[in-house]
Amino acid sequence: MRRSLQLLAGAALIGWLVLPLIPLAVWSFAHGWRFPALLPQALTLDAWRYALSDTAGVTASLVLTTGIALATTALAALIGIPAGRALGLHQFSGKPAVQLFLLAPALVPGIAVVFGLHGIFLTLGLAGTVPGVILAHLIPTLPYMTLVMAGVFANFDPGYEAQARSLGASRVQVFRHITLPAILPGIVTGALFAFLVSWSQYLLTLVIGGGRVQTLPLLLFTFATSGRNDVTGAIALIYILPGLLIVALTARTLTGRSPALAGTLRP
Amino acid sequence: MTRLALHDLTLAYPNAAIPALDRLSLTVAPGTITALLGPSGCGKTTAMKLIAGLLSPQSGDISLDGQSILALPPERRGAVMVFQNHLLFPFMTLAENIGFGLKMRGTPTAEITTRVGQMLDRVRLTGLGARRPADLSGGQQQRAALARALVLRPRVLLLDEPLANLDAHLRGEMRALILSLQRETGITTLFVTHDQEEAVVIADRIALILAGRLAQEGPPATFYTRPATATVARFFGGMNFLPGHASGGQFHSALGPLTLPAEAPDGPGLLTIRPEAVLLAAGPVNSRTARVAAHAFLGTQSRLHLVVGDTPLQALVPPAEAARFPPGTDLAITLPTEALWVLPPDPPAT
Repeated sequence: MRRSLQLLAGAALIGWLVLPLIPLAVWSFAHGWRFPALLPQALTLDAWRYALSDTAGVTASLVLTTGIALATTALAALIGIPAGRALGLHQFSGKPAVQLFLLAPALVPGIAVVFGLHGIFLTLGLAGTVPGVILAHLIPTLPYMTLVMAGVFANFDPGYEAQARSLGASRVQVFRHITLPAILPGIVTGALFAFLVSWSQYLLTLVIGGGRVQTLPLLLFTFATSGRNDVTGAIALIYILPGLLIVALTARTLTGRSPALAGTLRP
Repeated sequence: MTRLALHDLTLAYPNAAIPALDRLSLTVAPGTITALLGPSGCGKTTAMKLIAGLLSPQSGDISLDGQSILALPPERRGAVMVFQNHLLFPFMTLAENIGFGLKMRGTPTAEITTRVGQMLDRVRLTGLGARRPADLSGGQQQRAALARALVLRPRVLLLDEPLANLDAHLRGEMRALILSLQRETGITTLFVTHDQEEAVVIADRIALILAGRLAQEGPPATFYTRPATATVARFFGGMNFLPGHASGGQFHSALGPLTLPAEAPDGPGLLTIRPEAVLLAAGPVNSRTARVAAHAFLGTQSRLHLVVGDTPLQALVPPAEAARFPPGTDLAITLPTEALWVLPPDPPAT
């Protein structure tokens, strides 16, 4: 009984995630697929050939999107790790205000701030540039990184660092051998969120990039609105690839099988 | 062997009413164990962290063999601290934990393996090197933490309540292990504890710290026979304090003149005698007649509440002896001259 319920739940979950992808996959190989036909008239690789050709700009966009997402993730980690440490380990006046402020980008719709931000970026010369887009992507990614790291550090005993220092480790060695292994699962989780949030960012990229920074979601939208369902399907499948890849690579860490996770628990 | 000296160490935490440590000066002779004794929150652990370099003092100096180590970072001080809650790194094996300090120093792997193996044998953890700390018992974890510090052959070993988290039956075992390892290695050791019995058993000398200040320093026996103040005497279980005046080798109080030891100072003060030093028999000097007011059975001893005239006096005697004097009995007692000591009068309002 229990077993069959589990199977049912598993099947429902997989269906929920996979079913919407099936029409996309079919579209990407379709050669003419009109209502009310159940299947396309013929199958072809034309859409894929086009999507992977230089004229579509998918390859360049893929590289750009990856680069922006990686840079955003690295910056978010660089800021979010120390900020999370401060929030997780220390009590200071105004801490609830800081937490609310950090959470604000996740609560306030991006469209409410993006035009004001665009104005500021124009005067700074950041509008329409890749660095400008990366900075803008920090707004929705930093809360995830910081809050994940605050949770990790709340369970981290800094006594381990003091003990390591006393046993002869320098500051750098302490970070490398004690702190990093303990907080690594948190960094992976936070980085994952940051990468995917940046990767799927549409509005911020559109407004701040001013159409000059063509990331994959922007490209996807262009094809989707131009009625090229077959190319849209192909690009959409390319678009979901990194998410699947990241989850497959980090599943071990995320499910807690990694020994490093034990390090974040207080004795 | 290294001489550890603290000179006028002071540290006040922000927003604290009194400094955590107030001008603490202390010398630990090479190869000896000194216990830093005091109630919780008296500044003992702060002193340890200052020596280990994990905190910086506002003023004062710390030196090893006459050379100040204050400017050195913790990893170069040669003073290794073992924390109360063992703090074994959970994501390393026991062997990796014990070899951690050597690895940080860049010791060759082969040598680390040898020294860790020897250390595991020495603390009776042979064959457990591949285990994770979580798979060890509390006693094993504490021994591993000690091994992790000793394998570095530190100049000074700082132990923060190493027995506090152990069950009573493991405590004696761990105490014996610490003593034998310390005698064997001759590492100058500072040992924090709030338990005066533990301090007395382990330490060569005791430094009693009360409210951030050194109250008394000396061999354990002096805290019983020659306490510096009534507060010190009370911390070590002193119960009898009698106000009066000392002059010409006699103490004048409600008990009449009592003969004092030759070295007792003259002037007003508090006469004290350890409850276990009160003799339930007549003697040539300082004999009085007392009445038994009450008994309290304490397990290995009994406490007798005596009254001499109107003056209460407490005596600790074996239960069998106490049984000879039921409440209401009159008996002769003696306060032996050598067991008497005169303390300065209690400061007002403490």
